[in-house]
Amino acid sequence: MTTVLIAIAALLGLAALFGAVLGYASEKFKVEGDPIVEQIDALLPQTQCGQCGHPGCRPYAEAIAEGEEHNRCPPGGETTVEALADLLGREVLPLDNEGAEDASVERVAYIREDECIGCTKCIQACPVDAIVGAAKQMHTVIADECTGCDLCVDPCPVDCIDMIERPVTLATWTWDRPAGIGRRPEQRIEVVNL
Amino acid sequence: MRANLTLFQRLVPGARRAPTYDFPGGVHPAEHKSVSNQTPIAPGPRPAQLVLPLNMHLGAPARPIVTVGDRVLKGQMLAEPAGAVSAALHAPTSGTVVALGPRPIQHPSGMDALCIVLEPDGEDRWAERRPVADHTRLGPGKLIALLRDAGVAGLGGAGFPTSVKVNLGDHQRVEQLIINAVECEPYITADDRLMRERADEIVLGIQILQYLLNPHDTLIGIEDNKPDAIAALRAACADSDVEIRVVPTKYPSGGEKQLIQLLTGKEVPSGSIPAQCGVVCQNVGTAWAVKRAVHDGEPLLSRVTTVTGDAVARPGNYEVWLGTPVADLLRHAGVDKDRLGRLVMGGPMMGFTLHDPSVPVVKTSNCIIAASAEELPEPPPEQACIRCGACAEVCPANLLPQQLYWYAKTDDFERAQHHNLMDCIECGACAYVCPSHIPLVQYYRYAKGEIRTQTAEQIKADRARERFEARQARLEREQAEKEARRRARLEANRKKQEAATESGAGDEKLAALKKEVGQASSAYKAAVKAAKTAEAQEADNAAELRARADSLKAEADRAKAALRDAKATAPAPAAAPAESSALADLKKAVGEASSAYKAAVKAAKHAEAEETDDAAELRARADQLKAEADRLKAELRDAKAAQGPAAPPAAPAPSTQDSGTSPEKPADTPSVANTAVDEQAAGKRQKRLKGLKTAYNMAHKQYKEAHAAVERAERAGQDSDEALAAMHAKVEKLKAKADHCRDALDALVEQAKADILAHTGKDLKTLKLDAARAESALRDKADELERRRDTSDADTLETLNSELDALQEHAQLTRLALKTAVEEQGLVEE
Repeated sequence: MTTVLIAIAALLGLAALFGAVLGYASEKFKVEGDPIVEQIDALLPQTQCGQCGHPGCRPYAEAIAEGEEHNRCPPGGETTVEALADLLGREVLPLDNEGAEDASVERVAYIREDECIGCTKCIQACPVDAIVGAAKQMHTVIADECTGCDLCVDPCPVDCIDMIERPVTLATWTWDRPAGIGRRPEQRIEVVNL
Repeated sequence: MRANLTLFQRLVPGARRAPTYDFPGGVHPAEHKSVSNQTPIAPGPRPAQLVLPLNMHLGAPARPIVTVGDRVLKGQMLAEPAGAVSAALHAPTSGTVVALGPRPIQHPSGMDALCIVLEPDGEDRWAERRPVADHTRLGPGKLIALLRDAGVAGLGGAGFPTSVKVNLGDHQRVEQLIINAVECEPYITADDRLMRERADEIVLGIQILQYLLNPHDTLIGIEDNKPDAIAALRAACADSDVEIRVVPTKYPSGGEKQLIQLLTGKEVPSGSIPAQCGVVCQNVGTAWAVKRAVHDGEPLLSRVTTVTGDAVARPGNYEVWLGTPVADLLRHAGVDKDRLGRLVMGGPMMGFTLHDPSVPVVKTSNCIIAASAEELPEPPPEQACIRCGACAEVCPANLLPQQLYWYAKTDDFERAQHHNLMDCIECGACAYVCPSHIPLVQYYRYAKGEIRTQTAEQIKADRARERFEARQARLEREQAEKEARRRARLEANRKKQEAATESGAGDEKLAALKKEVGQASSAYKAAVKAAKTAEAQEADNAAELRARADSLKAEADRAKAALRDAKATAPAPAAAPAESSALADLKKAVGEASSAYKAAVKAAKHAEAEETDDAAELRARADQLKAEADRLKAELRDAKAAQGPAAPPAAPAPSTQDSGTSPEKPADTPSVANTAVDEQAAGKRQKRLKGLKTAYNMAHKQYKEAHAAVERAERAGQDSDEALAAMHAKVEKLKAKADHCRDALDALVEQAKADILAHTGKDLKTLKLDAARAESALRDKADELERRRDTSDADTLETLNSELDALQEHAQLTRLALKTAVEEQGLVEE
């Protein structure tokens, strides 16, 4: 009987001890913020385009963390959907891009500077401050900072903003994917100028 | 690991001593070197145009310093290095810059890039050269700058600017300087021929590199398939500390990391550069270019390029001007158009197929292969991987090509990176041995490109996130600032209002104090009365009552003092009244003084009349008082003058407002202009009135004084009749003057009164009456209050008090109306 009592007392003592340790640890090493939101945000393309219905990528990351569908990011494309599904342990959903333009082509806003009237509306619309200019002065896009979200196109009262495709340069050119099994790599050349 | 000794090492005694190591993998493709290494280096073609890309080297493209139409000399700089990792570009011959624009360049993409197009004039005239005979006297800094300006870049294949590679800083100890003379790729013999023919120049270049890097050992790594070159180098290095290490022929022993491993046994870790292991590798061609740049003062203008393949009639090595189009070079070597199947720039293993033969030869172009279709046939179709593992056996970087292939094929770039895809040197050994003809290198290049793109996108995304968050923070801050401003404004408004109500409270306090004073004084009066009655009746408590009255008086005085203080400390809005009250005080003082003076005069007269002793004294006193009164008068005048300019506009202002804003007083507002005129007239009259009054007062006073003097003189009877007559005349004159003044004044006052009547609908008399009535009502009420103070209950007293207050207010109002009316017309009450 005493053995049993001793055992129970010992177990209770241990339980109390570990409980205290765990309680202390949970307070001491408390994680500030929501780490899952950070992780989701890191996977999103940061175009801040708002096509998901949220004002920027981080708000969408927060919404995903709270259970919203993770397939509403057209700029991210299938890759992002897959990465998010992988991270969240959810199903891979088909991309919900309701007639959005082909996201694989990177675009950049271009202001036709002759037509710009300097209304600053596009500056206010740009989520990443990539447009410079002042009232009644011509505006221009910092091409390197432009995410191609096209949020500046609609507010323009004179429709002087175009979304143009980013041309491939020597710095951004990459090798093509080989054609695959059963095909020859494309190596034929036409030597014409000899 | 000690490599097996080759036949050559067994034959050459010197080679035996050096320890050699091995690197994993490697292949032994057919060499085809004898096609091009049989003839000496021949001069290249003299093309009609030279196309000089701005990015012939690795790093930032050079910045052009010439414009279209410029005539340039051979060796003249066309573009300067832009940034730390960059090299200059020079004119390979004299001629004219004819274009500066995009041209197809040496790039597997076949894309265009900015080029300077030079049309040679055929004279080949040199610009001024500055040879440096002894590079040690120049110093490392200047030497590095010289190499940078000479546009020397690695001629082995990557084209890394040499000035950057030899500028390591003091902390970096170089143990081995390795001169790469391996030239392991098939077909290429440019370095072979260069070593055979220009070994001395190469060794001089190596000595310059040694001077710059100060290495512990200098090793020349050379494959054993170039015995002539080895012999030539040996001869040239005979009396130097340069060690020649002959390595067995194996592809790709010329890879930088492979050669380092082969010669030193050191393995350069993944992601680091050889310099971090204390090794610097330079191509043998680069050493030659360094020598030319320093000792001959010739920038990098040409290079030795192998032209080989079945499709050319005269394969061999040509010293080609940079910028020479490949087509010109091929024609120069006698190309057979019909036999040409594939055109490759670089070696057959690592080179790339040229899409356009107009691309120029650049600093990194060591070989052009014009192969027939049989020689380099089109690769057969890709087949499925049979997992034989041959690729893993030949990989010189110890990678798992098969795994990398799977990952690249399924776009699993993360795993590919985990398998060190980035360490792949794209040597092509795996693809060479693949029995399924899988273009493995192309898969790796594709995967590498995607990874680089993704990394760039990630960096961009991070920057976009930063900018987005910075913008959000800024917007929030602006919002907060706006909110703070709004709050501050609200707070200010509230404070203002509070202040207003406080000053209202001050008024209330003042009123309360007044009331207190009134009560105290009435209590005191009552007490005095009671005491008097008691004294009159000779009651016992008379003394007591008297004392009580005294204490009450003290109380009343205290209350009065408090009221005075409160008035004095009244806030700013009360300032103007305070000023006018100061004026009033002054006036009062003047009045008192003058009355005192008059009293004194009277007393003096009386004394004189009674002929008392102290008459003179009294007289003197009167004079003194007079002086005092005069002084006070002068002061008053000054004060009025000081206030004058401010006061008159202040007075009419309310009437303007009245006329403007209260249409219920039609008498006031025939028209705004009329009112304005009226006001002007009133202002003028006010001034005139004041002037007249002063004049009258003065005249009257003088007259009085003169009259008094005459009377005194007559009484004394001392003066002569003449004098008396004169005095009389003077008195008369003064009287006339005073009368005149008075008449004018009266007329003016009448006019003002009429105006008041016109303005307020009441004449001055009515106003005065009103004021008097209000005053008397007030007095009656106060009396009643006093009477009933002791007899009535608190409520009645309260009612009476409030009535009294109302009356006081009424009286004040009427007084004010009177005062306003009077002041408006300048009729200040005497």
